[in-house]
Amino acid sequence: MTVAAELELQAFVLLRLGERRFAVSANQIAELVAPSRVFRFPHRTSKLEGVILRRGRIVPVCDVSEVLLGKRLTSRRFYLIAVRKYGTLKEWIAVPVTGECELINSEMMAASESDAPHVAGWLSHDGDVIEVLNLDMLTPGPEQTIAQVAALQTTEARP
Amino acid sequence: MRLAAPVKPSSAKTEQIILFRVSGQLFAVSSASVQEVRSADSMSGAAVEISAPGIRKVRYVVRRGDRSLFIVNGAMHFGLHAAEGALLFVLRKTRTALLIDGIDKMTTMTRLQALPLSFCHEERQWYRGLTALDQTVVPVVKPEGFLSSEELALLDAALLQSDNSASALEEMKPAQ
Repeated sequence: MTVAAELELQAFVLLRLGERRFAVSANQIAELVAPSRVFRFPHRTSKLEGVILRRGRIVPVCDVSEVLLGKRLTSRRFYLIAVRKYGTLKEWIAVPVTGECELINSEMMAASESDAPHVAGWLSHDGDVIEVLNLDMLTPGPEQTIAQVAALQTTEARP
Repeated sequence: MRLAAPVKPSSAKTEQIILFRVSGQLFAVSSASVQEVRSADSMSGAAVEISAPGIRKVRYVVRRGDRSLFIVNGAMHFGLHAAEGALLFVLRKTRTALLIDGIDKMTTMTRLQALPLSFCHEERQWYRGLTALDQTVVPVVKPEGFLSSEELALLDAALLQSDNSASALEEMKPAQ
């Protein structure tokens, strides 16, 4: 492999949803954790199941299986904790996955105009062509809420 | 030259909260936001029926001098299973009396975490944030989030209409 080719390689985390595999850029992934209790409360945002507690943080659980597979997956073995960007802000989100994840180095082919917005690109691995996910497009959080929310970022309780 | 506002040092401030239930779901509200806690029965005598288009969560209003308090059914507001509601929280600095199932307990929260940015719909108006208590996550409600200014305008219009109808009926009485 030439030096030039090596430079093209990027690290990806392969995740499994049902029978399919998807990839996410490794620099967006914080960790893979065992399922923990999901706390549910009323809300109106679709694709959000609730929240989990992880290292003292409250992390929203974003189920992407319906968008990616066309059906909801009830079996899950892990949560992939990923970093989701909202403009300049970043937050953790938990994505339920059905199998262990794998770290690989691969070259990504850019997405084409005909690809869905959540497709960041494609990569080839073990004879499969795998979608690289753009979590910012796949998980909820419209841009219009950012300004509002930046003002609410105070984490300490205010009496 | 303008200097940036000094950043307040973060201190472990605490806040007294009331944990309450609506349709079995646990919520928290700052105790400082609750002006009164009344049994729903005690208010029923003073409550007048009201019907504003599109606002099914408010069916009654209570007059207090020149002020009207709209009774918001908590279950309907949050889209939960309908519940009768046994208690009312009269929320300070609002025109809302919130109908709830009951109070769980009073406690203290030390940290209020902003609602994660993934939550991007009406819930941003409903909640101040989330707090973790005894390994449970509880949403902390925003007292002013139960009725928007648009909803208040519609309710005031419905109230005015009902007052006008009542006055018209009164005027008709001597003629009968």
